[in-house]
Amino acid sequence: MLLLDLFKMALRSLIANTMRTFLTALGMIIGVASVISMISIGEGARQQTLSTIEKFGTNIITIKPGRKKNRHVSSDTVKTLKLSDAEALEKNIPLISGVAAQAYRSAQLKYGSKNTNTTVRGTGEKYLKIANFNIDRGRFFSKEEVRSVRKVAVVGSTVVKNLFGAMNPIGKEIKVDGNNYLVIGSTQQKGALSWFDPDDQIFIPVTTAQKRLFGIHHIQSIDVQVINMDDLEEIKKDIDLLLRIRHGIHESEDSDFHVQNSSQWLNSWGDAAKTFTYLLGGIAAISLLVGGIGIMNIMLVSITERTKEIGIRIAIGAKKREIMEQFLIESVLISFIGGGLGILLGILISRTVSKIGGWETIVSTQSIMLAFGFSVGIGIFFGFYPARKAANLNPIDALRYE
Amino acid sequence: MIEISNLSKTYLLGNVPVHAINDISFRINTGEFVAIMGPSGSGKSTLLNLLGCLDLPSSGTYLLEKFNIRSLKPNQLAEVRNKRIGFVFQNFNLLPRASALENVELPLIYGRTKNSRKIAIEALNKVGLSERYKHRPNELSGGERQRVAIARSIVNKPAIVLADEPTGNLDTNTGKGIMDIFSMLNNQGTTVIVVTHEKDTASVTKRTIEMKDGIIDRDIKTEELSY
Repeated sequence: MLLLDLFKMALRSLIANTMRTFLTALGMIIGVASVISMISIGEGARQQTLSTIEKFGTNIITIKPGRKKNRHVSSDTVKTLKLSDAEALEKNIPLISGVAAQAYRSAQLKYGSKNTNTTVRGTGEKYLKIANFNIDRGRFFSKEEVRSVRKVAVVGSTVVKNLFGAMNPIGKEIKVDGNNYLVIGSTQQKGALSWFDPDDQIFIPVTTAQKRLFGIHHIQSIDVQVINMDDLEEIKKDIDLLLRIRHGIHESEDSDFHVQNSSQWLNSWGDAAKTFTYLLGGIAAISLLVGGIGIMNIMLVSITERTKEIGIRIAIGAKKREIMEQFLIESVLISFIGGGLGILLGILISRTVSKIGGWETIVSTQSIMLAFGFSVGIGIFFGFYPARKAANLNPIDALRYE
Repeated sequence: MIEISNLSKTYLLGNVPVHAINDISFRINTGEFVAIMGPSGSGKSTLLNLLGCLDLPSSGTYLLEKFNIRSLKPNQLAEVRNKRIGFVFQNFNLLPRASALENVELPLIYGRTKNSRKIAIEALNKVGLSERYKHRPNELSGGERQRVAIARSIVNKPAIVLADEPTGNLDTNTGKGIMDIFSMLNNQGTTVIVVTHEKDTASVTKRTIEMKDGIIDRDIKTEELSY
């Protein structure tokens, strides 16, 4: 009952100074809106990165030639990784569901009068599953076709579009750097990532790529798919050990290959994006703080202005607590209004950013709760001192105040 | 009702102690109508603040009904001010943004009294303001504002009504009207104490306490007051 009356009193005094209330709340509005929109942008960037990485599959261990620490050595020029390494891994490492050796290079494709430049990826029959591709039409090549070095190709959806248009590519002969290859399948579209288009490539047996197309004896990477993520570290150790033995490298020496997995990427990317989000949110939180100080400032002015009113209230029997509550409610109400409008504005900003900038933004319930809780907290925190000052006024002096 | 014994109030003005009230004692019984008079600086305002529990004495005792005011805690004092004392001020002291009715309701709200609206209307009717409830103070005349203030002071049915120069800001006729209301309230049993320096105002009362230099100079029946 009393609280409701105090609430009404606070509301009345805010309405009596509508412009001032709005300007005071504006600090909170901007603060909350920036917290919400900044976090939504950061969160959007994070989710986009994560989903991009997840497209590769998270349960993949990748082995590349060259030392990891030496960034200046390009993996492509190091020729230490062989197809036999991949076969050995498949044979000897337990708890894995597939191994796919890869050799790739860009090449000229030709069908009829149409040309396109694309990546030719020589790989094993398990690559389709490991790399999370699905067959659209036809089929992927078989183990037998890999062994017998067949000139067959499975084409990505972008290549289909570029070379065949609406035609069915299955059974057609295409020229890869002048050699004929039979198209036996096409993959479903995966969607372009920010830095490359996984659909803009064709897959041929790794043996064919080595012997007939690239004329090389090494491979550029090996993907190993793990059955259970829990075994990941164990398997990485096994791979490292096996390859060291095969390459004759002692444990104390630097190896000529490196083993990494996509979940590491995922974590470090996720961490980086999280830091980014916190940074943005932190900067925005400063404006919230400034908004809070604005509230305190106005409350102090308001209390000086209303010294006499406070004196009257004390004289007719208001307790300290009730005076304090009245002014606290007022400051919380301002920050509440500011918080509410700020949330709306923040959502609007993040929508606009994703519409105009084409960025993905995610307004999470948590960020709304955070911003709202923060703003109410600021209302209480910065309202407390002025309210206490009001409650501690000497009624005789306050009544005499003009 | 009110029992004051050896009451003193000393302020420090810089380092110099000022004895605003110096060891005074008196009694006021239920139903009395008292004027407190005296020149400015005589201590009558200080006495009023003490009687109204806005200030605490330096020494001595103040008994209001069963309460020993000096021993009460701030919240209890607030409650005494709310329930047992009604204030009327020279410059009305109404809340400018609240209507007449809301001003009168305010003590009831702080006292957590139910049916505050109905009780407040009754109080307004009692002081002769049966309309204009919804008006704000700045839409009312001085006399009407003081009536609202009186309604506010009696709305909680206090033991005493303390009025500080209630006619000071009003013309003679309006002031008379206000004093008539106090007389009427007194006739109905309310104890009224009026601080004033105007003899006309004091003449309505039944007893006059004259202050001078922090002590009681005279305590007489008002009719004995020489003009």
